[in-house]
Amino acid sequence: MIHFVVHDEHDSVGVVVVEGVKAGAELAGWIMDQDKDLRIKALNDIPIGHKLAIRALADKDTVIKYGVDIGRTVAPIRVGEHAHVHNIKTKRW
Amino acid sequence: MDLSQATFQGYRRESGRIGVRNHVIILPVDDLSNSAAEAVAHNIKGAMAIPHPYGRLQFGADLELHFRTLIGTGANPNVAAVVVIGIEDGWTKLIVDGIAKTGKPVVGFGIEQHGDHDTIMRASKAAKEYVQWASELQRETRPLKDLWLSTKCGESDTTSGCGANPTVGNAFDKLYPHDTTLVFGETTELTGGEHLVAARCRTDEVRKKFQFMFDRYQDVINRHKTSDLSDSQPTKGNIAGGLTTIEEKALGNIQKIGRKCLVDGVLDKAEAPTGPGLWFMDSSSAAAEMVTLCAAAGYVVHFFPTGQGNVIGNPILPVIKICANPRTVRTMSEHIDVDVSGLLRREMSPDDAGDKLLDCMFRTANGRLTAAEALGHREFVLTRLYESA
Repeated sequence: MIHFVVHDEHDSVGVVVVEGVKAGAELAGWIMDQDKDLRIKALNDIPIGHKLAIRALADKDTVIKYGVDIGRTVAPIRVGEHAHVHNIKTKRW
Repeated sequence: MDLSQATFQGYRRESGRIGVRNHVIILPVDDLSNSAAEAVAHNIKGAMAIPHPYGRLQFGADLELHFRTLIGTGANPNVAAVVVIGIEDGWTKLIVDGIAKTGKPVVGFGIEQHGDHDTIMRASKAAKEYVQWASELQRETRPLKDLWLSTKCGESDTTSGCGANPTVGNAFDKLYPHDTTLVFGETTELTGGEHLVAARCRTDEVRKKFQFMFDRYQDVINRHKTSDLSDSQPTKGNIAGGLTTIEEKALGNIQKIGRKCLVDGVLDKAEAPTGPGLWFMDSSSAAAEMVTLCAAAGYVVHFFPTGQGNVIGNPILPVIKICANPRTVRTMSEHIDVDVSGLLRREMSPDDAGDKLLDCMFRTANGRLTAAEALGHREFVLTRLYESA
């Protein structure tokens, strides 16, 4: 069973692909490009489609997904924490 | 899937282009003519009105785009014949003459000096002849290269980038070597991934044109924005679906052009391509605007990946919905043509997903109605460039 997917092994975040992920759940992840597995404990309830950090990020860090810059953090994010508009912003516009 | 001998059943039009639908449309030139157009479509079974809110006091490039979109819609090979209705004869004739260049049957009616009743009567008589004539046209077997395919995604979420969009990309990579004509667009929705598209342009000249269109659109955003657009791009639906920034959305978006095909050329809005290959069309990222522009450029089947469940269709262009989000596939199943949620459970490979979409593409081209067609989704939205005079 896959709970979250990661595009590239260098990414900072993965995407939850099942419904009902609760804080404390042990999640199985799949890194698609390299076809590798990893496990992470969710620190929050995370809705389907939303991201969790798979590596620790400091405030003002660059967030990587698809191996590419997708924005900057506006707060530190711990591994397993919900990563979304409350802690990541665009660098554009 | 081996596509080297692939064929589909299509309608050969007078221009030589091949359509996959056989519509007789009643096309208003302007907002004032919608009522008469709809009355004609009500009178004549099998005729379809395409109402819209514009066409008065436009000027310059905005008016040219209006004309190009209406003429292109009438000229699209999914359309067998066209009845044009305008408030006056001048612009009505302009649209008729533009469509007539394809050789297809087209006639126009101006309302002024006649009124709605007389116009509806005469236009209905013409529409009846067209519908009966079109109903005898037969499909013939055509090679895959005669199929023109467009793509644009909508109400995307993170599953679009990991599932539905790479499915389109896989299909595009398989279609591209067979001289098909493909297009993508959504200029501002490449923001953050524009360097990846630029790197895929076949020549420096194409790259320069792409970059010019990208930069021009960024200027529009920068001139008018009152925030970082985080309330509209990504949309509320995108954010609810887990997309956080425009960069993330863009990187998911460009999965649709696959990993192998090159960008062979750049098109203005509603401009028809001049040869096979993958084209970039400068366009809005709003779903119905973009799909309307693709139809006007002559594309005959559309791939529309969605995450949260955009329900869009088009009057003349069959829109195939692809979705990888298991919740959307469950709660909005009537809108989804190709369920690729198995990709995210590791039960389906990207290759399987691409083949599943291609299978749906052939069935759709051969006549099977898409979910959007069966549900009556006929969103026709004209792109405006600026205020009317």
